[in-house]
Amino acid sequence: MSVVVSPSNPPEPVSPHALELAALEPIFETYQNAARGSLIPVLQAAQETYGYLSTTVLETIASRLNFPISQIYGVVTFYSQFRLAPRGKHVIRACQGTACHVRDSSLVLETLKSALGVTPGGTTADLQFTLETVACIGACSLAPVMMIDNEAHGRLRPDRVRAILDKYRG
Amino acid sequence: MRKLEDLPRLNGVMDLEALKSRVLPRIAIRRDPKAAPFNDVTHHVMICGDTGCASSGSKAIIETFKEELAARNLDKTVDVVVIGCHGFCEMGPLLVVYPDDFYYIRLKPDDVAEIIEETIIHRRPVPKFLYHDRETMRPIVHYQEIEFYAKQNRILLANCGHINPEDVEEYIANDGYKALAKALSRRDDPLSLLEEIKKSGLRGRGGGGFPTGRKWELCREAPGDVKYIICNADEGDPGAFMDRSLMEGDPHRLLEGMIIGGLVIGAKEGYIYVRAEYPIAVKRLKNAIAQAEALGLLGDNVLGTDFSFKIFVKEGAGAFVCGEETALIHSIEGQRGMPTSRPPFPAVSGLWGQPTNNNNVETWANVPGIILRGGEWFASFGTEKSKGTKVFALTGKIRNTGLAEVSMGLTMREIIYDIGGGVQNNKKFKAVQIGGPSGGCLPESMIDRPVDYDSLIEAGAMMGSGGLVVVDEDTCMVALAQFFLSFTRDESCGKCTPCREGTTRMLNILNNITKGHGKAGDIELLEELAKNIKISALCGLGQTSPNPILSTLNYFREEYKAHIYEKRCPAHHCVALISYWIDPDRCIGCGACRKKCPVQAIDGSAKKPHTIDVGKCIKCGVCFTACRKTRAIFKK
Repeated sequence: MSVVVSPSNPPEPVSPHALELAALEPIFETYQNAARGSLIPVLQAAQETYGYLSTTVLETIASRLNFPISQIYGVVTFYSQFRLAPRGKHVIRACQGTACHVRDSSLVLETLKSALGVTPGGTTADLQFTLETVACIGACSLAPVMMIDNEAHGRLRPDRVRAILDKYRG
Repeated sequence: MRKLEDLPRLNGVMDLEALKSRVLPRIAIRRDPKAAPFNDVTHHVMICGDTGCASSGSKAIIETFKEELAARNLDKTVDVVVIGCHGFCEMGPLLVVYPDDFYYIRLKPDDVAEIIEETIIHRRPVPKFLYHDRETMRPIVHYQEIEFYAKQNRILLANCGHINPEDVEEYIANDGYKALAKALSRRDDPLSLLEEIKKSGLRGRGGGGFPTGRKWELCREAPGDVKYIICNADEGDPGAFMDRSLMEGDPHRLLEGMIIGGLVIGAKEGYIYVRAEYPIAVKRLKNAIAQAEALGLLGDNVLGTDFSFKIFVKEGAGAFVCGEETALIHSIEGQRGMPTSRPPFPAVSGLWGQPTNNNNVETWANVPGIILRGGEWFASFGTEKSKGTKVFALTGKIRNTGLAEVSMGLTMREIIYDIGGGVQNNKKFKAVQIGGPSGGCLPESMIDRPVDYDSLIEAGAMMGSGGLVVVDEDTCMVALAQFFLSFTRDESCGKCTPCREGTTRMLNILNNITKGHGKAGDIELLEELAKNIKISALCGLGQTSPNPILSTLNYFREEYKAHIYEKRCPAHHCVALISYWIDPDRCIGCGACRKKCPVQAIDGSAKKPHTIDVGKCIKCGVCFTACRKTRAIFKK
């Protein structure tokens, strides 16, 4: 991210935390009138903004929404969507649904694991890829499938996996 | 398609009808090939933009169509319409060209120019893009004649793949919101509407099969001024995608069903709890809600009456257990999605402690049809105790994967063979898994029974939400049970011990069996655990988690025994029990396997027999399929 600074009007020095947290304000604004049940949407929007939920972000949400941090931690760790650590540039979600399973998705996952050197949930050392599994993305007709970011790759075979990954390496 | 701000507010049934008659000429060429063009538009190219087709590349087709049409100056006379699921996902990306109703499959961007030249300009079909009948190899021009569609009864999916799901006017032109207008005209007598739902015999399509009319009545009669309705769109069963397709292909039908439900039950607010893994469905639902609100079909004073109703979309955050209604309610409230014991049932104390009625997408979407055409019409389809139609997602080792809506009571054989085209690659049918992780499987001997709620339960499976996964001789049934158990173990919320510990224990036993460490007594222990978990777990997820084991044990006990006592996987699937080897007498050293091996486990010089390094081999089977010339690679 680049910030344009005009020389005539130098910005106030800001701590990295304050800078980071400013992005939460519009989220609080959006949900301030929808008090009931807004914790999960706020967490989702915060994760959308930062890519993951850092301790600072969670603490701010806790104090602003007036929830104990323990309760927020409970919610965050319950749902598979939420992440407490940064992810790679590209997120691979290898589908492990039934239709994919019977069309040998496990072999695709094995190949992904050996090609990336990580297990599901892990991120490669170069921060290029995060490998995740997903229960089903509903593209069963193309089984086995994996999603890389928002793009689905269907009718996979283990020998095609490396070539697909190469396309994303930048 | 009109912009949101240009949509007029409808203040009564007359306005709705006037709008319908204004829109009809615009889509007339889809119904009648001889209809006059509207605003000089002579053709509609309907391209599926559903998740399935999008994954097989429909976006590129849509872009290419737009570019090529503009380049030929045809963009004013040919409309490119992005539709929802047409059903035949196996053949995607697919499109239909009106007015001639030509149906093209498995397209690539390079094919677009030829379609424009031949079909748009010269109005001729292009045989190579048509579906070819499997037996006669005859090209089929109109999709209605394809066997996949011929035995279906698409009353619920009538609009899916036939309208632009982002254009409310197209829904209205197809009698959309007419049922709502009818219901509103009878709002002084909501019991007559409830009677219609009861008469239809509609039962919950999410799996349980509870009579919908009765469920509504319980919530309606529950004391309380504030009531809620919920649409469970947390379609978590792996291998099921009918709810996603309905939301993506015809979102207004769901909204209309919910508004009518709100009217009958006496609720002012409805929530759609939809999986976050379904981004297109979320987008379409939000768009549909905005359009319905602009038209005055949703929000304050629906269609100019004193009835007001709001619908909110809540995105799930990834937890299968949230398909269970009490867990789902807690998730909407912003908590961990853990089930609570019933009673009290949500009909009495649900969302924020108020009476709440929860139905799934398919159930809600059936409501407008029932109100519009009557409960008797709906009850004329199906069997004695299971009325209407059911949408099934056909997946697995089946030729025609896709979405099929059939009248209840068709046999599984008809669904799998006549509609689904039978098993892929000429393999032998082994079983069909139905009902997801809570369901069971049916072997060959059971597939001639009519498919309805009760007969499936008798056979040890369940309707579930309607995912049918066909498995062939290469699928190991022990590994299939293990797969489901590992799913339920991961998704168990951990609240009750029978589910948390029980699924882990059962999975450990299955892991041992598939790794060749099974021992005498394992089968009996599994059965004992299964029986206890079924009666003691807190919610449906735990109670049904042993079903995949019980049903595979029931029909495929010999396979379990082979793993345990002979350390053999009859389907050659369980990796620990097989190995690959190259027959040196057959191998000609062509190198095909060596080049394809993803882990460089095959060694050998040209024209000399190759060998597999078992230490490196991940047993992915790529070499096995790569060895075509001499078939020198074997599993043992």
